[in-house]
Amino acid sequence: MRTLWLLLITLASISSAPAETLITSLSNHRVLINSNYTGTSIAVFGAIERDAQTVARATGYDVVVTVRGPRQFLVVRERERLGPVWINQEQQKFPQAPAYLSVLTSRSIDEITSVQLRQRQQIGLRAIINSPVFTNERGAGADRDFREALYRLKAQEGLYLEDERGVTFLTPDIFRASIPLPATAPPGEYNVEVTLFADTVILASTITHFELVKTGFEEQVGAVARDWSLLYGLATALIAIFFGWLANMIFRRD
Amino acid sequence: MQIYLPIAEMPVSVLLILGMGAAVGFISGLFGIGGGFLMTPLLIFLGIPPAVAVATQSAQIVASSTTSVLGAIRRDALDHKLGAILVAGGFVGSALGVWFFAAARRAGQLDLVIVVSYVTLFTVVGSLMLKESIREFWTKRKGGTVRLRRQAGEHASYLGWPLRMRFYRSKLYVSVIPILLLSLFIGFAGALLGIGGGFIVVPALLYIFRVPTTVVVGTSQFQIVCTTLVALVLHAVTNQAVDMVLAILLIIGGVFGAQFGARMGRNLRAELFRFLLAILLLAVGLRFALELVIEPQEPFSITVQELRE
Repeated sequence: MRTLWLLLITLASISSAPAETLITSLSNHRVLINSNYTGTSIAVFGAIERDAQTVARATGYDVVVTVRGPRQFLVVRERERLGPVWINQEQQKFPQAPAYLSVLTSRSIDEITSVQLRQRQQIGLRAIINSPVFTNERGAGADRDFREALYRLKAQEGLYLEDERGVTFLTPDIFRASIPLPATAPPGEYNVEVTLFADTVILASTITHFELVKTGFEEQVGAVARDWSLLYGLATALIAIFFGWLANMIFRRD
Repeated sequence: MQIYLPIAEMPVSVLLILGMGAAVGFISGLFGIGGGFLMTPLLIFLGIPPAVAVATQSAQIVASSTTSVLGAIRRDALDHKLGAILVAGGFVGSALGVWFFAAARRAGQLDLVIVVSYVTLFTVVGSLMLKESIREFWTKRKGGTVRLRRQAGEHASYLGWPLRMRFYRSKLYVSVIPILLLSLFIGFAGALLGIGGGFIVVPALLYIFRVPTTVVVGTSQFQIVCTTLVALVLHAVTNQAVDMVLAILLIIGGVFGAQFGARMGRNLRAELFRFLLAILLLAVGLRFALELVIEPQEPFSITVQELRE
């Protein structure tokens, strides 16, 4: 029964796929970090093109924008009581967690599509975090607390977020969204996946990228620290000694 | 005013970092300690990755300690011979400490080892010093003489072990063995905990070897410069975690703070100096103890595991 149902959905999405085309564009494909960088935001613009055969949709369109930052190997640990002290005991590894993850939608994700589709296609923050590939599962849902903790801690830093008013329709066919990037979002490659829905079904989707890179002085310091680490260490040591000597000269009064 | 840190990969407030550097530098100059045990937790609290915090604050310690050492040399308050022996033993101790560090990490209990060592070291050293200085205050009030300076024939037996050496500046004629043991222990603890060990050197020289207070500060700073320089370069090579921009900001704040600290330290009465240092150590020890005992508001924590390719 379930297979049949899934098949129907798949057929429905295939048959409706050519009807609408989604065109998206980012305001910036290369965000530069310089010495006064304090975070930024990137605009996503999109248009929905319909050809002559497209059936009129009873309901309007919905858009979900999912942004994934560079991958990190994260370990979440839980402190538990052991005698009089609290120490780290249980831990859960997230080998492929995105450093940044945001989901912007045109309305509440529950209204856009069904739970099953969300889980299967990983639409929405919860679906991504609770997906089986996000971390290795344990028996009896023991991994659930760790997934929740990861979400909570990342959300506090503004690195994981879901905004159900993040996508605005300018006309019924044209929309825009603004991706907020806090300053702590690390440099690297970011994927932007835009998915178009109508009546709980996926019509089309696009994937684009943008890059967050250090430039000028910031980039050079990073490169020297990586490629000439001994020289860099000695230089830092010399600077430290120089400043120490300078202060001694300046304050020489006695 | 915000500035982006190229290695920590995040922006920080320039004034805040300068102020932190000055505050820790002041304490460092005042007591002749490195101040790493104060700076590292502060930087981590700001959100700077722990590896970057530990590695970068060693640059600030080098700078502020260089200032103190140069000042001590001018005032002839540095015992070269004692300092050299402390450094030599310290390097051997560091090697042992690095080895133990790796072993504890393999066993998966590194966090626990570090917190427990902090708590024991700070509370033991702090309370021993507090006890001493309270006793001093009492004998002074009763009109008795403070017997901190050595008197003829008053020697602990271990000071008379073989291989005795004369340290003119410290007015010492003692065996090298207890001094080497001390420096071994300091190097070991320093490598394990990421600290210079000044807070162990200072009380040990004061109470075990009865070195004059003025010489203690200069000599301990000399030992700190040497070990921290090695640590700084090692951190840059192995972890690539030294942030030059952050280091320069901390240094600028730190050297000024250290100057005022050192100046104030010279005018401080010796008993008060020891009393304040005892209180500082106890407070830090207590803070770590509370962290261990009190139920955390957020029991979970995230760490980024380095992907080494």
